Amino acid sequence: MSDLLRLVQAHLLLSICAMIVALAIGLPIAILAARRPRIGAPILGLVSLLQTIPGLALLALFYPLLLFLGRATGLPIPALGFLPALLALALFALLPIIRNGVTAIRGVDPTLVEAADGLGMTGWQRLAKVELPLGAPVLLAGIRTATVWTIGTATLATTIGQPSLGDLIFSGLQTEDWRRVLTGCLAAAGLALTVDFLLGLIEGGLAQRRRWKVWTGAGLLLVAAIAALLPLGGRLPSDKGQTVVVGAKNFSEQYILAELIEMRLRAAGYRTERRDNLGSAIAYRALAAGDIDVYVDYSGTLWANVLGRTDTLPSAAMLQALQREMAGRDRVQLLGALGFENAYAFAMTRARATEMGIADLDDLARASGKLRLATDLEFQNRPEWQAVERLYRPQFREIRQYSPTFMYRALGDRSADAITAFSSDGRISEMQLITLPDPRRALPHYDAVLLLGPGIGNDPGIAAVLQSLVGSIPIDSMRAANWMVDRDADKTTPRQAAEWLDGKINRDRM
Amino acid sequence: MIAFSHVTKAYGDRLVVDDVSMIVEKAAFVVLVGQSGAGKTSLLKAVNRLVQIDGGSVRIDGEDVAAMQLTDLRRRVGYVFQGVGLFPHMSVAQNIWIGPRLRGTPDSARPARVAELLELVSLPADLAERLPAQLSGGQAQRVGFARALAANPEIMLMDEPFGALDPVTRRDLGLAYRALHDRMGLTSLLVTHDMAEALRLADRIVVVGDGKILADLPPAELLQFRGDERVCAMIDVVREGARHFSVLERNG
Repeated sequence: MSDLLRLVQAHLLLSICAMIVALAIGLPIAILAARRPRIGAPILGLVSLLQTIPGLALLALFYPLLLFLGRATGLPIPALGFLPALLALALFALLPIIRNGVTAIRGVDPTLVEAADGLGMTGWQRLAKVELPLGAPVLLAGIRTATVWTIGTATLATTIGQPSLGDLIFSGLQTEDWRRVLTGCLAAAGLALTVDFLLGLIEGGLAQRRRWKVWTGAGLLLVAAIAALLPLGGRLPSDKGQTVVVGAKNFSEQYILAELIEMRLRAAGYRTERRDNLGSAIAYRALAAGDIDVYVDYSGTLWANVLGRTDTLPSAAMLQALQREMAGRDRVQLLGALGFENAYAFAMTRARATEMGIADLDDLARASGKLRLATDLEFQNRPEWQAVERLYRPQFREIRQYSPTFMYRALGDRSADAITAFSSDGRISEMQLITLPDPRRALPHYDAVLLLGPGIGNDPGIAAVLQSLVGSIPIDSMRAANWMVDRDADKTTPRQAAEWLDGKINRDRM
Repeated sequence: MIAFSHVTKAYGDRLVVDDVSMIVEKAAFVVLVGQSGAGKTSLLKAVNRLVQIDGGSVRIDGEDVAAMQLTDLRRRVGYVFQGVGLFPHMSVAQNIWIGPRLRGTPDSARPARVAELLELVSLPADLAERLPAQLSGGQAQRVGFARALAANPEIMLMDEPFGALDPVTRRDLGLAYRALHDRMGLTSLLVTHDMAEALRLADRIVVVGDGKILADLPPAELLQFRGDERVCAMIDVVREGARHFSVLERNG
C-alpha cells in the first residue's frame, strides 16, 4: 500500500513537471505560430511528427541522446530516470497544447481583433485582454488532452528507470501478477480522470464565467501538486555517495537477484535504490555511465552486445576476457559468476520432441519446415540467432515474438512447437520441457555475473559484501526461486523469493 | 484636419485607391459614398492605419500618420464599424473603459465617466453592468460609439456604423451622432453605401468609384450634379424614391 502511494506520488510529480515544461515551451510557440503562420506551419508539422514516434521509443531515444550530451559537454547530465522521462513526456504533450493554442488565438472573431486594433491595443494587450480570455476554453481543452496523455504515457517512464505506476504494470506483466497490473492501470486511469475532471471544472468555469468553479479546480490541482512534492523532500538522494543504485532488467530472475543484492547491501548498512525494467541494451551503458551501480548480466549477452564478438569460447576463458575488456574500457568490474547459467536454449515439450524424433538442434533444424518457433523479443536480432542460422540452417514454418511469459504460454497452448527458453527458468522443470543440446556450439555461455559500476569502485566494502554471492547460486536454486514468482497459483513476490534464496544460500553453505 | 495626398492602395494587382487627394477640415462631417469595392473603406482605414497604404500620405494636423506611434494614433482617433466588436467577456462599462484604461487612467474615474458617456449616447445608466450579449443591435452600436468617444478623440472614423441596424434605429442613431458631432466639435469621416443617409448627415459628400473621387460636394449641390453617370444613378435612386413616395401619398 505504501508502495502504491509512493508510486502515485512519483507518477504525479513526473506528470506535473512534464506539463509545466510543456506549457512553458508550448504556449510561446503557439502564440508565435498563431501570429506568424509561416513560422507556425513547419513547427506544427515537426511537433505532429514527434507525436508519431511511439512513446516507448521516444523515451528510449533520450537515453543515448543525454548520454552523448553529457559526454560532449562534460556536465553530469543524468541519462536515466527523471530527466529523460520529463523531456520525453513534455515533448509528447506539446502537440495538443500548440495546436489548440493556435486554434484558440486564430479562432477569435475577426471583428473583435479589428476592434482591439482600432482601440489602439498593442499586440500583447490584444493577446492578454482579448485573444487569451476568449480562446481560453479551446486552449484549456488542449491542455486537458495533453495532461491525460501525459499521465497515461508516464507509465512508460518505468522502462528508463524512473519510478511510476508503470512499475506495477511492467513487473506485474513479467511475473503474471495480474492484480499488480490492474492496480497500476486503475491507479493511472484514476489519476488521469481526477486531473481531467479538475481541469474540466476550470474549463467549464471559464466558459460559463463562474469564478468559483475556476478557483475550486485550480485550488484542488494545487493541493495535488503539493501532495506530490511534500513527502518526497525527505527521500531525495541528498547523500548519494552512500546510496547504491541497483539495476534490474525486465524479468523475474532480475527482480529477485536485485532484491537479493539490496538485502545484502542493506544488511551491511548501505542505502539502496532501484532502477527496474531496464532494456537489455540500456542496462550495461547505464552502469558504465554511473546511472546504476550494480546489476546482474549474463556473459553471453555482454560478449555479443558489449564486446561485439560472435565467436564462442569456453566459459572460463570468456569470463576472463570480459573482465579484462570491461575493466579496461569502461572501468566496470566483473565481480564474478553467481554459479548458474541463464543461457538461450531451444526447448520443446518432452511429448512433442519424442513424437517428432528430435534430440538436438540438428534434428530440430531438419524438422523445422513443419515447426513453429516462438522467441523472446530480442532473440532474432542477436548474433546467437545468426550463429544458429549459419551453423544449422533451420527454416521454420513460422517465427513469432513474445514477451517471455507469453512465450511459454504459446508452448503450453500449442501455438508454438519450440521456444528459445532460458536455462534458469523454473518453467523448464515445471512444464516438463527438454532443452536441446547444441552440438555445433552456436549458443555461447550465459553465466550470470555480478557487475559493479565505476562509481562504487572506490568503496571496497560494497565489493566485499557482494563477493559473498559469487558462486553461491546453483541452477536448481535459481529455477526454484524463479518458479515461486512465475507460477500461476500461490505466487510470491520477488522479495519473498529473494528471501527464500538468501536462506537457501546460507543453508547450502553450512 | 485630415489631409489625403496622392494616396494609393492596391490588393495584388487590383488598385482600390488610385492617387486620391482631399482635405477634411476640422469639425467637418464628411461622408464617403460609393458601391462595394469602390475603395471608400480603404481610404477611411488609411487614416488610423488599419490599412497600410502603398503610396502618398495621410496627415492629421500636418503630422504624417505613418510617422506616428501606431497605438498613440489609434487612441487619438475614434473608430466605429459595422461589426461593432464589443468584447463579449467584458461588461458594457468595461468595454467603454478600455481606451482610458489602456492609457493608464485610474479606475476610480470609471463610474462617473461611463455614466457620462452612456448618457451622451442616450442609454440608461443601469446598462453599465450588462454583458454585450444582453443588448439589442442599436444599444450595442451606441455602446460602440461611447467606447470610441471615451478617449476624447478629435477625429471619428466610422465604417458603415449603422449598416446592421433596422431603418428606424439607423436614422435615429445617425441623427443622434450628428448632434454629438456638432456639440463636441468633432471631425467626422463616415463611410456608407446609402446615399439617403449621406444626404441626411453630411456637410460634404465625397462619391468614390473605382478608387477615384467622382464628386465632392455639399448635399444640396450634389443634387444638381451633372456628369459621371455612376454618381447620377446613385442620386436618382433617392430622387425616384421620394417621387414615388409623394405619388403614393397624392393618389392614396
